[in-house]
Amino acid sequence: MGTVPSALKHCLSYQHLLKEQLWIGEQAPPPPAAPHPGQESQASGLPAYIKIVEVGPRDGLQNEKMADHKEVMRGIERHPGVQYPVLTPNLHGFHAAIAAGATEVSVFGAASETFSKMNINCSIEESIEKFEDVAKSARNMNIPVRGYVSCALGCPYEGNIIPAKVAEVSKRLYSMGCYEISLGDTIGVGTPGSMKRMLEAVMKEIPLCALAVHCHDTYGQALANILTAIQMGVAVVDSSVAGLGGCPYAKGATGNVATEDVIYMLNGLGINTGVNLYTVMEAGNFICTALNKKTNSKVAQASFTTGTVN
Amino acid sequence: MGTVPSALKHCLSYQHLLKEQLWIGEQAPPPPAAPHPGQESQASGLPAYIKIVEVGPRDGLQNEKVIVPTDIKIELINRLSKTGLPAIEVTSFVSSKWVPQMADHKEVMRGIERHPGVQYPVLTPNLHGFHAAIAAGATEVSVFGAASETFSKMNINCSIEESIEKFEDVAKSARNMNIPVRGYVSCALGCPYEGNIIPAKVAEVSKRLYSMGCYEISLGDTIGVGTPGSMKRMLEAVMKEIPLCALAVHCHDTYGQALANILTAIQGVNLYTVMEAGNFICTALNKKTNSKVAQASFTTGTVN
Repeated sequence: MGTVPSALKHCLSYQHLLKEQLWIGEQAPPPPAAPHPGQESQASGLPAYIKIVEVGPRDGLQNEKMADHKEVMRGIERHPGVQYPVLTPNLHGFHAAIAAGATEVSVFGAASETFSKMNINCSIEESIEKFEDVAKSARNMNIPVRGYVSCALGCPYEGNIIPAKVAEVSKRLYSMGCYEISLGDTIGVGTPGSMKRMLEAVMKEIPLCALAVHCHDTYGQALANILTAIQMGVAVVDSSVAGLGGCPYAKGATGNVATEDVIYMLNGLGINTGVNLYTVMEAGNFICTALNKKTNSKVAQASFTTGTVN
Repeated sequence: MGTVPSALKHCLSYQHLLKEQLWIGEQAPPPPAAPHPGQESQASGLPAYIKIVEVGPRDGLQNEKVIVPTDIKIELINRLSKTGLPAIEVTSFVSSKWVPQMADHKEVMRGIERHPGVQYPVLTPNLHGFHAAIAAGATEVSVFGAASETFSKMNINCSIEESIEKFEDVAKSARNMNIPVRGYVSCALGCPYEGNIIPAKVAEVSKRLYSMGCYEISLGDTIGVGTPGSMKRMLEAVMKEIPLCALAVHCHDTYGQALANILTAIQGVNLYTVMEAGNFICTALNKKTNSKVAQASFTTGTVN
């Protein structure tokens, strides 16, 4: 397709292209006054606003083996308008989280019996019972609870997972009071076709505005899967700054989809996220420097070498 | 989302999952008897068959700093020929002063095995290159224009109009010899020099190439800045001028958007063998693959 000389890396038009098209904006677009879940963007049939749930500090760093949750929880600055959910697998964890100042919690179930047993040492049914305890206590304290369903598009132990099972577990979590259900492609094997079939099943049980997708990029399919989900009306996407969090099932392979790459795509689609891509890239650069590792975000890789970001 | 011990890398169910679902099959799926362009897959509204044009040996290697030995290039193409890929772009008949990596174009063209049913196009920017390509045994050629005036001048040293005139000479000679010509339009979603490119310009250049007899127009996101929205707008403009079955997309993954852009464009091939070919060339170049499927598969033990 032609080669471009390296001097171009600093070409002003190129940087201008990226900035002017809001692919990489310096100003965060104004957050919508009251985002209407399901409100569609005029031309495209896509949601006008998509909420990005940043899972890098937990899901991402979890794989980097950092285990100082209390200190982190207490040490962070809380910005107005930003939610800071924490994972709480049972009542004990819930109480510890509340004591450390958490104001939102998450519980994670699985659509695979074997994964549930191997990962959290109990069956799906037993885990639901523990989550119900958490949900009950949370409700009493007006603490929102987010539910995750792992292995929504495949399980490293059981292989194929039927959409109806994902729908069933999602419904149990929703019924106990989770305000949002994040459907996770835990091993990143999903493709647009399987994403579509799974969502069709889940959408029969859960209102669209309560659904989120958590796509792993292990096989490079995450953005295509996210695009499929948002075309079906899903308006909440989980992602991880710098694509932090390798896939423990494929050492050396990637895991979480990079927030930067998701924002780039959504900006290009004219979808509002309220997120400043430039600032995310800086945060990604910070953590990668601290961890002495290369970013998994292609946008970051491209931008730091074109001189768009210094 | 939970941690799983590394022993799982070899979990039989996981490997089974990947193979059984044809994500990574060992048997090539039977090629369709007569693929009908535009025929949609029953449930999804997507094409039932998609032709993959493998550009690694030309577009891929062209960007490698290290000069790849001729025998390695030939071996790569021979391996790719066994994958079921229907088209493999072999080399470029351009001046070795401009593209040293492609200096061995004659030797590569003459040295490869030709598999029946596989096309082996080569790039030919002008009549001189075309004649050299035919003399070396080429049976299909490609010409590449650009939707950006500046890119055209910087990349091939002439304006869009001048380049079209050269391509018309190639197309005329090719037509006389029954040689198919494929046309490329670079910078279809953005230009490193000019920035934004309007869809109408892409449509205009595509139409010039199609009118001169190119059987297929490959629309290239040369710097990978495109997103599904800009892909859609560009295709809508081009599809007013060019029949859908004559369109291809060439998406760069510089910003990680390629698969989403391809999915938008499209609303087999034996993957296992392609991965082996990829593993071969990466070993030869001593570099890491850019394929996430390959990265994941070689570490899960699905591929050894």
